[in-house]
Amino acid sequence: MSSTALFVQSLVNGLNQGAIYALIALGYTMVYGIIRMINFAHGDFIMVGSYTLFYTIPLMINVGMPAWMSVLIAIVVCTVVGITVEVVAYRPVRGAGSMTALITALAMSLFLENLAMILFGANPKSVPIIFNLPSVNIFGAKLQLNYVLTLGIGIVIMIALQLFVKNAKLGKAMRATPQDKEAATLMGINVNHIITITFGIGSALAGVAALMYCSTYPRCTTDMGSMMGLKAFIAAVFGGIGSIPGAMIGGLIVGLIEIFVKVYIAPGWYEAITYSLLIFVLIIKPSGILGKNISEKV
Amino acid sequence: MGKLKDKRWTYSINFIAICLLFITITAIFNSGVLGIRTTYIKGIATTACYTIIVVASLNLLTGFMGEFSLGHAGFMSVGAYSSAIVTNMLSDKGIPDILLFIIALLVGGLAAALTGVLVGIPTLRLRGDYLAIVTIAFAEIVRVTFCNLEITGGGRTMSGITKLSDFSWCFWAMVICITCMYMYVRSRFGRTVVAIREDYIAAAASGINVTFYKVLTFTISAFFAGIGGAMYAHYMTAMIPTNFNFSYSAELLTEVIIGGTGSLTGSIIGAAFLSSLPEVMRQFANYRMLVYSVVLLFVMIFKPSGIFGTYEFSLTGIFSKLFRKIKRRRFIR
Repeated sequence: MSSTALFVQSLVNGLNQGAIYALIALGYTMVYGIIRMINFAHGDFIMVGSYTLFYTIPLMINVGMPAWMSVLIAIVVCTVVGITVEVVAYRPVRGAGSMTALITALAMSLFLENLAMILFGANPKSVPIIFNLPSVNIFGAKLQLNYVLTLGIGIVIMIALQLFVKNAKLGKAMRATPQDKEAATLMGINVNHIITITFGIGSALAGVAALMYCSTYPRCTTDMGSMMGLKAFIAAVFGGIGSIPGAMIGGLIVGLIEIFVKVYIAPGWYEAITYSLLIFVLIIKPSGILGKNISEKV
Repeated sequence: MGKLKDKRWTYSINFIAICLLFITITAIFNSGVLGIRTTYIKGIATTACYTIIVVASLNLLTGFMGEFSLGHAGFMSVGAYSSAIVTNMLSDKGIPDILLFIIALLVGGLAAALTGVLVGIPTLRLRGDYLAIVTIAFAEIVRVTFCNLEITGGGRTMSGITKLSDFSWCFWAMVICITCMYMYVRSRFGRTVVAIREDYIAAAASGINVTFYKVLTFTISAFFAGIGGAMYAHYMTAMIPTNFNFSYSAELLTEVIIGGTGSLTGSIIGAAFLSSLPEVMRQFANYRMLVYSVVLLFVMIFKPSGIFGTYEFSLTGIFSKLFRKIKRRRFIR
């Protein structure tokens, strides 16, 4: 393979990886933006979505529908799980401080992971092929069209979400809630409702992310969520947490860096470089690329 | 003068109690009551020893400083690998085992403390959630590094480490570590750290160098975690970097929280109980973490400070309470 081809191939792979991270990062960013809590269980929602895909795709094919239709089921399952987690675990500890919230999220993540381990077994499952698309040759590189599709889905969802949050009444309420909870309540916004809806949307995105992940890496394990979630969180922090375009940019950057380091610099070290980057960004500019600087009140 | 005498009395009573505990445990092991399971239970007791050290060191950060470390297994692995490398170099030099054990613990502790300083530096700017993420990132960097270095086995199992962690040595090492941590918490430094936890802005305003104390606590915590790691390495004699992954860190944090944030007693009992529980109930091994997470959830919802809260067990405290009761009864009569 020529060097241009390798470069193009890496670029495509990186963008694909980045789009997945970006979509997961959106879930983190929305939840963090509204209740200032790192939802550790978000990565595990993707695991739930992937297992749903694994079990429903054969059913879909049996009924004679296209395989990707099962993403609708995955979205529903993820949303239900997300809202349940929020109502059962996170709502009782809201207002008890960030430390309690963080530990609860961690507990929820451990719970989902171990429950999945018991329900589905420890062996990795291989998901059937979702998109059967041909690949195109560009500059001698094999460009898989389902990568392009993944990227497309990601970008469309991000733009839609951005428009929703900026313009829709519900989106405005979602932005108002973290700014001032009391004032939002006085304006007739049901804060608890808004938070639950935000969780629902974030979890639904996890369902889509599961589809994108499974179409690229067709296998699911019970611990796939935690590390992927961590990297997506890095992406969210990198772009500026709480900002939707930031999550997108951060995700793409992290994905590109990961693939390029893997191909060109040191294959074994790419994770270390991603994490060092995170520490570096947090020390230099904790608010991220597009984030606003929030000074602390005494 | 009276106060000094009182303190001496307290120390000697506690020391005698610990000696009695040790004698009881060794007597049980040596009497053969346990039969063929003696070595097995001794192993569990050793596991409990290093788990207690690591969990208590994590409690220094989480409970007393109020900052998270979700990468404590990272410190532990630094201690484990550095001590293993050093003992591998020294093993054929004819150094007596006990000395080698002490060297291993110190090397492990110091190496981890050094990384503790490095991780502590981001605390200059970060707190809470962000710092927790940095510690995870740090532990992952450590894991990836050990997976890639040839001297640590290059991603494969590093085996053939000299077996040094005997139960009685581990027990005394644990006693010394816990005593040091307890003294740190009760000292001027410890009180300062608690003040920072309560309100770091007020602490800074009253002239406390917040950053210095935070980095110091990080270093001390990492030091003891490294000692725990060194003990682990010389007990297991073989290890792989993925042993010290995120889920191990999460498990350690779970033990701290369930035991009680800000209570070393809680950490000791929690760690001892939770590290021996899975061994007792082998057939339910799959359900262990599930149960942990549910318990953690309930603790968070109903008693966020953990089972023991900030309660510290005190032998002399119990004695004086008893005496007071007796005295009061006499008075009533």
